[in-house]
Amino acid sequence: MNGAPSNAIAIDVKGLTKTFGGREVVHDLSMQVKRGSIYGFLGPNGSGKTTTIRMLCGLLTPDSGEGTCLGYDIRRDAEKIKLKVGYMTQRFSLYQDLSVRENLEFVARLYGVPNARTAARDMIKRLGLSGREEQLAGELSGGWKQRLALGACTLPNPELLLLDEPTAGVDPKARRDFWNEIHALAADGLTVLVSTHYMDEAERCHEIAYIAYGHLLAHGTVEQVIAHSALTTFTVTGDDLQHLGEKLQGQPGVDMVAPFGTSLHVSGRDKAALEATIAPWRDRDGLKWQVSAPSLEDVFIELMNRSKDNFQ
Amino acid sequence: MSALDASASVTHTRRPSFGFWRRSYAMVVKEFIQLRRDRVSFAMIVMIPVMQLLLFGYAINTTPHNLPAAVLLQEDTDLGRSILKALQNTAYFRFVREVHTVEEFDNLLLSGKVLFGVEIPRGFERAVRRGDHPALLVAADATDPIAASSALSSLSVVVQTALQHDLFAGDPPSLPFEIRAHARYNPAASSRLNIVPGLVGTILTMTMLIFTALSVTREIERGTMESLLSMPIKPVEVMFGKIIPYVMVGFLQAAMILGIGIFLFGVPVFGSLWLLALLSTLFITANLAIGYTFSTLAQNQLQAMQLSIMFFLPSILLSGFMFPFLGMPVWAQYVGECLPLTHYLRIVRAIMLKGSTLQNLQYDALALVGLTLFAMTVAVTRFRRTLD
Repeated sequence: MNGAPSNAIAIDVKGLTKTFGGREVVHDLSMQVKRGSIYGFLGPNGSGKTTTIRMLCGLLTPDSGEGTCLGYDIRRDAEKIKLKVGYMTQRFSLYQDLSVRENLEFVARLYGVPNARTAARDMIKRLGLSGREEQLAGELSGGWKQRLALGACTLPNPELLLLDEPTAGVDPKARRDFWNEIHALAADGLTVLVSTHYMDEAERCHEIAYIAYGHLLAHGTVEQVIAHSALTTFTVTGDDLQHLGEKLQGQPGVDMVAPFGTSLHVSGRDKAALEATIAPWRDRDGLKWQVSAPSLEDVFIELMNRSKDNFQ
Repeated sequence: MSALDASASVTHTRRPSFGFWRRSYAMVVKEFIQLRRDRVSFAMIVMIPVMQLLLFGYAINTTPHNLPAAVLLQEDTDLGRSILKALQNTAYFRFVREVHTVEEFDNLLLSGKVLFGVEIPRGFERAVRRGDHPALLVAADATDPIAASSALSSLSVVVQTALQHDLFAGDPPSLPFEIRAHARYNPAASSRLNIVPGLVGTILTMTMLIFTALSVTREIERGTMESLLSMPIKPVEVMFGKIIPYVMVGFLQAAMILGIGIFLFGVPVFGSLWLLALLSTLFITANLAIGYTFSTLAQNQLQAMQLSIMFFLPSILLSGFMFPFLGMPVWAQYVGECLPLTHYLRIVRAIMLKGSTLQNLQYDALALVGLTLFAMTVAVTRFRRTLD
């Protein structure tokens, strides 16, 4: 095994567990990510997304579990993994007191990119940061910082990008540009693992995994995850939905009630029980009921509520 | 009900003075909580004054004892032995070597292994018996004038008293020979000649320690450590990267201090400037390595600063900068041997004032190399490669 992975799997880990101060942050997590795919990592705050990403790139040692990242053992070959992985941290972690160009040159030199200056200059052009190359990184706005950070981790031509909530606090336009860039990179064969809170971003991924309280609860394509949830959702429109929501909350068969603008989503796993509960309301004047496919958000919130009961 | 109303009105009117105390109080409570969580800082609050007090109280003694001395015996006679015994009895001297050639004698003084040398010349006893009033030569290393002068000044009186009881009981109270004291390397016993080279070392210790002591904790506090660790760089490489720029900074600083010492204070440089530059660079590296080690041990910048102070204090007190090294109790001397400043002070004083060569100073030079390697080893093993 000379480390040249011929298979089509970029990340293949089994049973990863990590405990901090007696609290199990990641529990028995197994996942597979195909090469060249964009894999979305979703879950509430503190669910163990960052910890998992850090274990994949050798920044944390798992307490138990094993696996490979780009064909390298995540326990033994952290140094080799680091050479081929670009990790974009949740918090901006380039040098605030170095300029855009200096930061990129630093990264290029660390990875031994031939001709660091040219590589940095090309990346500045690619990022659309021309004219700002001498600006200190700390003075950039959130969106530009994020672009710079992405540039810094793609500069050494990695095979895998680990992006930890890359679009947190970034405006919609910058977010869209960012995702276009990610799709372009994936089209070139790069594997991308990206954690996010945004549902629209999840839907831009080839595959997603949902993790809560350290447990991987669902994974697959968006359609698979929704289908697998076996959730029945009714969308109600009409008057006094606030009142209706309060009435339905906690009734048998109703697992989740969530207002969406002028409508209300009422969801449950047990279709029969749900229908029995809402029966008295279905013919009410001024209320319009409609069976709809659950949204990804419905599925996730339901998963999260359920996992809270199981693990908290 | 009325009491409730009253208290409600107090909170609503918000008198400015009351608000001042309330907000100050909130701040005080917060600071105390944070202080209590920072165990290391809390320990330092106790450690620093206790250490300072103990060091000042016990280690410091401006009238040195047991200063190592050598004797150059050019004749072996009873009188010579008695004089040596008398000198030893003063408790100022401790004879560690007996040599037979002038060259050996000079080398011992040059290398700093002894601070005094007593020479009993050939035909000394006979000359005394004849009443020729010969000279007994006492050479002192006066690079540290405090250590040398108190021993020298009491020399003749002490020897005279001792010998009266011994050989010349009943004789007139004047000595039948002359004690000729020779303050070598600093004949005017100028304390400036001692302090200025010492300051080179002290200033460098302070500045170099702090440069690197903050370097790793700063990366951690600013969050840059996370991305640095995810990149393919090894702990040794991080260390060299952090140390090397400051070697140059330290070198410039050393040159500046030495320049001021030489041109403004008229301190001579008898030895080789190249040797001084070489060993100064070694000393600078040692301090940077130690500062860097603190940086890998501390959890934040404040702790790193406190560790530096903890190291700096004994460096000043126990290195021989403030007080004669050989006048300190033995335990303090052992502590002193572990401080780079101790070795550098010997080196810088010896090169500037005595013109010592690398051969004379090999022990101190090797000690600096050893301390540097030790600090670097600790730093590299302590450096956290992961965020665990």
